[in-house]
Amino acid sequence: MTTKKMAIIATKGTLDMAYPPFILASTAAALGYDVQIFFTFYGLQLLRKDLSDVMISPLANPAMPMPVPMPVMVQMLPGMESMATMMMKQKLKKHGVASLEELRDLCLEADVKFIACQMTVDLFEFDKSEFIENVEYGGAAMFFGFAGETDICLFV
Amino acid sequence: MNFDKELNARGLSCPLPIVKTKKALADMATGQVLKVIATDVGAVKDMQAFADQTGHTLVATAEENGEYIFFMKKK
Repeated sequence: MTTKKMAIIATKGTLDMAYPPFILASTAAALGYDVQIFFTFYGLQLLRKDLSDVMISPLANPAMPMPVPMPVMVQMLPGMESMATMMMKQKLKKHGVASLEELRDLCLEADVKFIACQMTVDLFEFDKSEFIENVEYGGAAMFFGFAGETDICLFV
Repeated sequence: MNFDKELNARGLSCPLPIVKTKKALADMATGQVLKVIATDVGAVKDMQAFADQTGHTLVATAEENGEYIFFMKKK
């Protein structure tokens, strides 16, 4: 039985979009897949050592369920983003969903390989010292070497 | 049902029950049985899928007081 492979291209850095790559990768790894995640654009935010700044905005997020309907004029007020982030984190905790840090650690423990897009690291002038250690830096062509052989390839 | 190790996955949601199951099985020997207790209803299908896809055997399942119990035998 050959090992199945999965590649994920992670391009988003908000709290809601941070979960799919890590959950899918850790689950696949638990099922025996060989997994690699390519972090590019805002997905790079998920490689920061400190993930506490990963947030979710109530503004222009009409699909996000809210406890009370919130007019756009209220969504844009100072503090609303922090409040939405705090409420989302509380909800995640209450439902027993792992924190981002925990999921990321589980991925690394399960030998999921993290690749950071060198081009967008340079583009946004990110400081590598702010990223976690176990990351390889490369480009799309390099990632296609793995992605081209996968059974599942996802874009988040 | 005899088991060699117990994993308390109560209160944990997807993907934690199966990710932790995999981790717990890693330290066990072939043929040993891991008992997993979960409260996430999604774990029922996940554990069967885990067994189907990894080759470990889900020897028995039970439901007691709103908790789901799984006996997973390491391949």
